[in-house]
Amino acid sequence: MKEDFKKRTVITPEGKPLEIDPVKDYFSDARPKVHKPANPVIEKFANWARANSLWVLGFGTGCGAIEMRPLMTPRFDAYRYGIQWRPTPRQASVFVISGYLSVKTLKRVVRTYEQMQNPKFVVGLGSCTINGGMYWDSYNTINRLDHYLPVDVYIAGCMPRPESLLHGFEELKKIIKEGRGEGANKYAEEFDWYKANQKKVIKDWDMPDYNW
Amino acid sequence: MKSLLNNIKSRFSIKDVTEQRSNLVFIDVARESAVPLITYLRDYEGMTHLVLLTAADWIEENEFQLTYLLNNPEQKFDIGVRVRISREKATMETAHHLWEQVATYQRELKEMFGIDFPGSPGVDKPFILEGWDDLPPYRRDFDTKKYSEDTYFPRPGRESNDPAEYMKKKMYPNEK
Amino acid sequence: MDFGFKHILYALLTVFIVLNYGLILQGIVRKIGARVGRRYGIRWYQPYIDIIKNYAKRSTITHGVMFYIAPVFRLTGGIGLLLFMPVIFGSEIFSNFSFAGDLVLVLYFQFFGVLGMALGAAEGGHPYSAIGVSRGLSQVTAFELPLTLGVLAIAMQYQTLNITEIVAAQQGGFLSWTLFTNPFATIAIMFSFLGAMGRSPFDVVLAPQEIPIGPPTEFHSGLLGVLQLNRAIFPAAKLILFMNLLFGGATSWPELVVKTFLIYMWSVFVGTVFPRFRVDQSVRWFLVVPLTIAIIAIILIRF
Repeated sequence: MKEDFKKRTVITPEGKPLEIDPVKDYFSDARPKVHKPANPVIEKFANWARANSLWVLGFGTGCGAIEMRPLMTPRFDAYRYGIQWRPTPRQASVFVISGYLSVKTLKRVVRTYEQMQNPKFVVGLGSCTINGGMYWDSYNTINRLDHYLPVDVYIAGCMPRPESLLHGFEELKKIIKEGRGEGANKYAEEFDWYKANQKKVIKDWDMPDYNW
Repeated sequence: MKSLLNNIKSRFSIKDVTEQRSNLVFIDVARESAVPLITYLRDYEGMTHLVLLTAADWIEENEFQLTYLLNNPEQKFDIGVRVRISREKATMETAHHLWEQVATYQRELKEMFGIDFPGSPGVDKPFILEGWDDLPPYRRDFDTKKYSEDTYFPRPGRESNDPAEYMKKKMYPNEK
Repeated sequence: MDFGFKHILYALLTVFIVLNYGLILQGIVRKIGARVGRRYGIRWYQPYIDIIKNYAKRSTITHGVMFYIAPVFRLTGGIGLLLFMPVIFGSEIFSNFSFAGDLVLVLYFQFFGVLGMALGAAEGGHPYSAIGVSRGLSQVTAFELPLTLGVLAIAMQYQTLNITEIVAAQQGGFLSWTLFTNPFATIAIMFSFLGAMGRSPFDVVLAPQEIPIGPPTEFHSGLLGVLQLNRAIFPAAKLILFMNLLFGGATSWPELVVKTFLIYMWSVFVGTVFPRFRVDQSVRWFLVVPLTIAIIAIILIRF
């Protein structure tokens, strides 16, 4: 853990000692809760709305981010399918993780994912999120994203064309409409398993276990 | 270029000179004279630009090779200063006082090869790998495949075939 | 003014109609923008789906009391603006709570939501929220000046602070609109209107490319839903205000739709043509061009 994040006592301008714990200052470390789906009729309607209003948070790691940009352009125009970009995790509902994930990036991915609100969906874009892709034997690149976050849809390819990305979003819509998009609840239920996996690879864990 | 090499030869003990191209020369020097030589090249011969500082792992000879690639922007030629250092006691004099960015290169080398540069600012801070606790990954005795398989949950079913063997087996299954 | 139970129903009806109008307007304008860019564009009812989705989010986190109150403040600003002026002139149902001094109150409501948002965004703790709010406040302050002067010029021209009376004075042919009787005030107000709508070139407050979403960065789920409702009501209410002040108001809903849509297109056209101003540029611009015109308008009225 970095020096700045350790618990320490500081002297306030008034000259009083003050205990601070920077990690807990910034974030809550409450465990995620399972939010059960509501009444089936309401849930069906809500799922329809969720499927038709996908707010995408794109996490461009190394490659793949460039495949997301053309979707906004006249040629592919993902907006007509209700897909919009939202550059803040609080408001986004779909987390698109593209390309290879180094351990350093995984840390940021986990934090971003936890800041999103239930229900949230994860799309793994590119072979690297599935089995490591061409970096499968690298010392610093994770192999399977689904060991760290619950993934709803994988889009294979290196890199997949924007058309396959659109197809992936259509698949995600089907999953949501069938009520199978419960990744956030799965994450909360198997929280300990996910955390153990994350902590196995992220060696300098300098954040709370859960930072909404 | 010729006069420059003569100047150097008269002042420093040079092990070897390799003329790669008309505008690229590699000079092998002993560890002690590397930093003085670079200082001399920078201050008196107009090699004011450091292109890169990199390392190579000669595991068979039990040595690391550091390469300081310098550039003369006026006369448009490069000189690479190559130094061999021992692999066991991998330390080297720091050169951050010549160019500030050398400190960053040295930080990277410390992390990736485990070559120490005492006195270089921030050399012990993690550069890319956060909290790395294994052998430095660019050393050739570090088995990256094994490390990856142990750490990153490899997905089963991933195997590679020799294309010739595979096609032979598929197309002519009866032949031996 | 006699106040009865029916007025509450009328007010709710107005809010409902204007909310739907605002949402559809939002969708259609985005659709037009997409078509101009040779895209198919969103479905016109996409804003509805977005709001439903945001309310259907299951979890919410809190940053404190002000964090909850801020969207409510913002929505109050929008609804307050709407409910204290006559929406349809001459109609008992849609005259709302218009009273003798409503012009002043309405001007106040312009600023109200931004202030509430500032408190909430500060409690959210996100640095981009703070940047967005400081930009927003300075820009609002800058365009508020020519706007207020222009509105004062109109008030002096008609010798009243009541919007209903201002609309009444403009009846009888389009030549009696403020647009023609007081062109300088109109120009000043319409320039401020560009800032009030927050579209390009004055969209540095939200600036999605540099400070992700601006002030509402931290707001999510239902809280964002409230903000979205306001984003539908507030522009529609502002359009109705400017229509009332400058373009003779409306005596029926179709007239209102046509007029407000055209006024909205003014900001859309300007936004399509001009790229974004930095906040110092926009403040400087508001304090030079529209302010000068507004001062001329005041001076002309005085003599």
